[in-house]
Amino acid sequence: MEVTININGEPVTREIEPALLLVHFIRDTPGLTGTHWGCDTSNCGACVVQMDGLPVKSCTVLAAMAEGHEIRTIEALSIDGVLDPVQQGFHEEHGLQCGFCTPGMIMTARALLDANPDPTEDEIRTAISGAICRCTGYSNIVRAVRWAAEHEAAQPRRS
Amino acid sequence: MIAGGHSLLPMMKLRLANPELVVDINDLEHLAYIREQDSEIRIGALTRHYQLLESEPLARHFPIFADAERVIADPVVRNRGTIGGSLAQADAAEDLSAVCSALKASVVIAGGGGERVVSMEDFHVGPYTTAIDDAELLVEIRIPVRPGAGSAHAKVERRAGDWAIVAVAGGLWLDGETIADAGLALSAVGLTTVHATRAEELLRGKRPSEELFAEAGAIASEDCSPSPDGRGPVDYKRHLAGELTKRALRRAAERARAGTTPGGHTWR
Repeated sequence: MEVTININGEPVTREIEPALLLVHFIRDTPGLTGTHWGCDTSNCGACVVQMDGLPVKSCTVLAAMAEGHEIRTIEALSIDGVLDPVQQGFHEEHGLQCGFCTPGMIMTARALLDANPDPTEDEIRTAISGAICRCTGYSNIVRAVRWAAEHEAAQPRRS
Repeated sequence: MIAGGHSLLPMMKLRLANPELVVDINDLEHLAYIREQDSEIRIGALTRHYQLLESEPLARHFPIFADAERVIADPVVRNRGTIGGSLAQADAAEDLSAVCSALKASVVIAGGGGERVVSMEDFHVGPYTTAIDDAELLVEIRIPVRPGAGSAHAKVERRAGDWAIVAVAGGLWLDGETIADAGLALSAVGLTTVHATRAEELLRGKRPSEELFAEAGAIASEDCSPSPDGRGPVDYKRHLAGELTKRALRRAAERARAGTTPGGHTWR
């Protein structure tokens, strides 16, 4: 079947097997390998992308189900080489070590801050509870998201 | 049929389901709603978990939904999964089936010949099996709104977002200081959602008390049929069934006495 998905503002058309998962569509066709394929069981959160602004696990969405929807991946966050505040926060607060969970963590955190610009630590921990990190113990990730919240409050984000 | 896909796709990956044809119903956006109509809360089958968690009318009438939603999977999964999919999966460990059973909900099944309304009792006919026939679709869940209601869900899980070891959904409808009606249903302690009818009968017509709730818990604990598995042995699960029944009923009674509860929650 032929499917057209809007990824980071660009329509991508491809002939696919109907059972193809969104995560593979994103990684294979436009080659956006920032989205990671982790557990494949909707537990780990490495594959999180935004679908119409909501974070979803792209290993548990068929590519065909994303037709006509707006997909946003980690590649869309930095603009002209300037990191998104969430990305910068992960850099500043050492929110990653191996980096495998990072794209999903950041896309989840970005959606949290879009909905709730000043989250408490508890709210951050709840928001990322569907994403697993085996390196950091989460404390630095929580600090990174708070860093982004505080810096966005001081300097409102470009849209 | 695929809606949120968070049950069907994992089953397909495990080769537990091997459908020849999958129909994506996500474009049926008119099936995503929560409204009050004819003394009922009516929930469209395509309403997603996060919408149930954030709903003000649900929080006001049935805070049990927010209790349950906070411990169903995680916020990202809750952005996709739907109430219709949860009920139609007919998994004994699933939480909303017990919630709807305790609240004496019914479901609307639509097909070419029109619609029919089926009680939760008759909806789940066995493990992973429902009353939905071929060429039919679950379209709506209806929960009667009655005075004096209080409801609560209590769950114990191994880790955040996991399936229940045991969970209990309880509803009480008070007339003054008397229990006019009670609803009690348990998750993960039988082949399907366990409707604790004998405990409900005990509760009706009595005054809420710790002793009564303990007695109801003891009956519920006897009337369920847990299996030993990685989540624990049978005696542990029976203990949980009794304890969680007490907790759910205690909280439901507090809420029924307090009347309305605060508005919707945003936990995305």
